[in-house]
Amino acid sequence: MNLNQYLYCCVGIVKREVFRFFQQRSRLFSALVRPLLWLIVFAAGFRAALGVSIMEPYGTYITYQEYIIPGLCCMIVLFNGMQSSLSMVYDREMGSMKVLLMSPFPMSFLLCCKLIAIAFLSLMQVYVFLLCAQLVDVDIALLGYLTAAPAVFLIAFFLGALGLLLSSLIKQLENFAGVMNFVIFPMFFLSSALYPLWKMQEASVWIYWLCQYNPFTYCVELLRFALFGQLDLTSFTIVLSTTVITAILALISFSPKFSQKR
Amino acid sequence: MGIVTNNLSFAYGKKKALNDVNLNLTSGFNVLLGPNGAGKSTLFSLLTGLTQTANGTIHINETDLIENKSKIMSEMGVVFQQSTLDLDLSVKQNLLYYASLHGIAPKKALENIDIILAQLSLTERLHDKVRTLNGGHRRRVEIARALIHQPKVLLLDEATVGLDVESRLLIISYVRNLCLERGICVLWTTHLMDEVEPSDHLIIINKGEIQAHEQSSTLCEQHNVDDIYQLYFALTRNTEAV
Repeated sequence: MNLNQYLYCCVGIVKREVFRFFQQRSRLFSALVRPLLWLIVFAAGFRAALGVSIMEPYGTYITYQEYIIPGLCCMIVLFNGMQSSLSMVYDREMGSMKVLLMSPFPMSFLLCCKLIAIAFLSLMQVYVFLLCAQLVDVDIALLGYLTAAPAVFLIAFFLGALGLLLSSLIKQLENFAGVMNFVIFPMFFLSSALYPLWKMQEASVWIYWLCQYNPFTYCVELLRFALFGQLDLTSFTIVLSTTVITAILALISFSPKFSQKR
Repeated sequence: MGIVTNNLSFAYGKKKALNDVNLNLTSGFNVLLGPNGAGKSTLFSLLTGLTQTANGTIHINETDLIENKSKIMSEMGVVFQQSTLDLDLSVKQNLLYYASLHGIAPKKALENIDIILAQLSLTERLHDKVRTLNGGHRRRVEIARALIHQPKVLLLDEATVGLDVESRLLIISYVRNLCLERGICVLWTTHLMDEVEPSDHLIIINKGEIQAHEQSSTLCEQHNVDDIYQLYFALTRNTEAV
């Protein structure tokens, strides 16, 4: 296999995911409605109750809507990552997973292509959401749009890999509800997506520490700084290392020997 | 060119599914015949590398399946018993996706697709969603897909199950022609005895063991029977497989 053949394979996998995504129009709709509801309804109520003081990377006081934008972007990536990866469970049930396994390319490469496809779809949805957010007076500088792209890509890789790992352990698609309750919601709520961590510390120390150990917190912070054209090195290092570890575990879980044992 | 297995065994827990299976299949039309639960699908799964076993070896085109799976997959086409097409995508999108999984450039893939679909009378369905196709057409698309990368070995697991007579005849005659024209090795798994011809190489499997492995006409002579039905029952003594 030469480099061109690897490229054709990768493009083919990404194209398939994009085609499938656009075939399921309701998926795009629900992917946007969820964070927009949080932004327009939830944040409007909390704006009156909560004030956010000056904190990095913001140079001045900001509205609650502005504060939760990175968290909601990460929410989109989280849901997309889980949903796309868990479609592997559907593929396995429907038999189309066999087609992937019959490819002469290494499984690790095929899964990486799948992660690229997930990241590409996440990026697309995040940009559409950011454009919609302009309607509620959330302004993001042009530079922010550019610098957010690699951050979203890395976060999508991490959450996609986590989804792949989970999908290798899940036997039936019905278990997605379990993933919602035990993975998606705890990850989202126990992070800095909705409240700054210092506020969390005032409310409960042990919840604060849970948030500190939640890698999703660093995804949110990485994107928060990226939207301001800045790099938060701590968050970047943590997200990158967890991505590598999760991706390796996902690759191991998809190896024939491991899947056959299960 | 062909498939060779040596002392191939496999068990699901304590239940043995295959016991010391030795096969030597060359180019041509090879039929694997056996009742439900005989071990056909397990053997199929092992030959396609979807399941692995430490007991016995599989060589395809003189290459060890475990040692060089990538090379074998690039030379093998497979049609599974259960449909593996993406129903929400069109025929073209399904076929191009498969071609990309084999590293084929889209332009070359489209050339191959045009030729194969014309042979299978599916050209005008190229842009149709798979969901809108009937069972016979879907099967033909799966066969077209298995041939895009021009494999040297073609494995089909009960490819005609559930199809009407016309579709069955079309598919089986198309695959037989492939053997003649391209000299590929075909393993046709079935439990339908009327799909076997006297010139076919016949493998009868029952309870995980190979009962016969010879040209079907020769087997009939050896066992002093008139047709495949009698041969089959003489070898399996299993009446539930009619």
